[in-house]
Amino acid sequence: MTLQRWRNIINALMFGLTAACALATVCVLFWILGFLIWNGGKSLNPAFFTQLPKPPGETGGGMANAIVGSAQIVLIASLIGIPIGFLGGIYLAEFGMGAFPFVVRYTADLLNGVPSIVMGLFAYSIVVRPMHQFSALAGGVALSVILIPTTIRTTEQFLRAVPQTLREGALALGASKWKAIVTVVVPAAMRGVATGMILGVARIAGESAPLLFTSFGNQYWSSSLGQPTASLPVMIFTYAISPYADWHREAWAAGLVLLAVMLLLNISARLVLSPGVPRH
Amino acid sequence: MRHFLLKLLKTKPRPSAKFIDMAETAALLARGTEKPSRPAFLNRLRNGDEVAHLITLIFAAAILLIAGLLVLELFRSSVEARHKFGWAFLFTRKWDPVAGQFGALPFIYGTVVTSAVALLISVPLGLGAAIFLSELAPPRISDALTFIIELLAAVPSVIYGLLAVFALVPLLRDPVQPFLQRYLGFLPFFPGPSYGVGFLAAGVILAIMVVPFIISISRESLLAVPNEQREAALAVGATRWESTWQVVVPYARLGIIGSVFLALARALGETMAVTMVIGNTPQIVTSLFATGYTIPAVIANEFTEATGDLHLSALVELGLVLFLLTIIINGFARLMVLATTRRGTAHP
Repeated sequence: MTLQRWRNIINALMFGLTAACALATVCVLFWILGFLIWNGGKSLNPAFFTQLPKPPGETGGGMANAIVGSAQIVLIASLIGIPIGFLGGIYLAEFGMGAFPFVVRYTADLLNGVPSIVMGLFAYSIVVRPMHQFSALAGGVALSVILIPTTIRTTEQFLRAVPQTLREGALALGASKWKAIVTVVVPAAMRGVATGMILGVARIAGESAPLLFTSFGNQYWSSSLGQPTASLPVMIFTYAISPYADWHREAWAAGLVLLAVMLLLNISARLVLSPGVPRH
Repeated sequence: MRHFLLKLLKTKPRPSAKFIDMAETAALLARGTEKPSRPAFLNRLRNGDEVAHLITLIFAAAILLIAGLLVLELFRSSVEARHKFGWAFLFTRKWDPVAGQFGALPFIYGTVVTSAVALLISVPLGLGAAIFLSELAPPRISDALTFIIELLAAVPSVIYGLLAVFALVPLLRDPVQPFLQRYLGFLPFFPGPSYGVGFLAAGVILAIMVVPFIISISRESLLAVPNEQREAALAVGATRWESTWQVVVPYARLGIIGSVFLALARALGETMAVTMVIGNTPQIVTSLFATGYTIPAVIANEFTEATGDLHLSALVELGLVLFLLTIIINGFARLMVLATTRRGTAHP
């Protein structure tokens, strides 16, 4: 009897502990949110979105150039990364049988785990060094290399989730395979695929390590894509480790904006666009 | 009727010699009469299948090209440092850009120590939360909490860094580190003044960052355990915890270990948050309160300000070391996760 009681106590205790673990982890998100809204909300104002950064010592200013710069870099990365990832994903899902697709898949998974700063080194040596210049283009290339493996794998997964009967129906009606893919399979999987792409783009939009030595930074507007370009994540980094209180405030505001964009993309992609799609 | 069909099935029709002859002549006849309009492959091209196959194949192969180029560039750009220092690069302590002396040991040490601290904190926490989410929580609560945890995984690392600098470091400096020193000061890990920044701060923020990965993958491995396993354990009189801990968790162990390795690979390569709180001192000391340096942090800090080609190439070699380390760990982890969930291994 006492042993039975002891076992029941252990049972309750251990499950209580696991609940505490889950609760603690979930609380971290609210801790982050609370801190950012509290500190960022205090320093966020319209000037943040419309003005250029001020030199240290002068209060005010904003990060308009970094917001535009981030958008440019992410756009370049998406233009390179999404087509490659999407078509590669179609190959893996629809033609992918045998050893070669397995190698592609495994390589994509491994690339997915490569630290983003290493991708920055890569983009530095293939874009920045030949051009002798930090540029938005180099930043875009660095981010696209991060985007491609994620896109390829999520596209593949959502295409695979399309029931085989749909493909067979299209083929039975006389469609060729590619026609079946274009008109039946891809539209059926489109919501999921789009979700995957948005999540991928959201992920690269928050990357800063690979941008440090590819797009570098800029206190002013950059005149072209071949110029060093400011980006929001890099600005947060530089401002947060600076010794100026004004810059710290700007960093908090930028952090709040970045987090808001990130959460908005994630929540809308997961909840609104594909509420029924299995997440993995 | 049925008997007849069975009989038909049993007696395989053996093609007679005559039959073969007829087939052959028919084929020959057909070949003779058919106009040699276009080869078979053109026919298939017209349908477009082969074209679509080829185009998508090229794009899929692009990923192999990227991987190959990545390895090639890392080796090529680090050639100077590799020739000058050889394997000694990995075992030398001195990092002096002015004197042209570059040794990776302090950075490797810092990377390993911060990752170890991160795993020490995040593995129990993550495993506990995963058990709660898969075994105890009702599905709706479990889904809601998992959703929040996946959002955590999407928070950019520079934001974790921001919080680490302004929230975590002050917290460590004042109540936490003096507390640890008072009660656990006999251990070799906690001597010295508490600055707040250093190995401990980096380890803690890394732990917070990798916990979501451990949870979501471990939870999936636990959910993949067949219910019969749980029922069998309960049927022989185990409590729910005993069934979970002695049956379900061991059953899912490969996936759980895989998740830990994935988290480790992430922790090793994490740059921004660590760079902001590690303290940037290339030294090897046992105290977790001391400041240190990690491989990604030194690349982030020194790459744009490198003093010469040798310095640059030494930094790229550090990147190469990091790359190989994470590739090996990831390779193992993916295989383990693959072995348990038998599904894709990409987690967006």
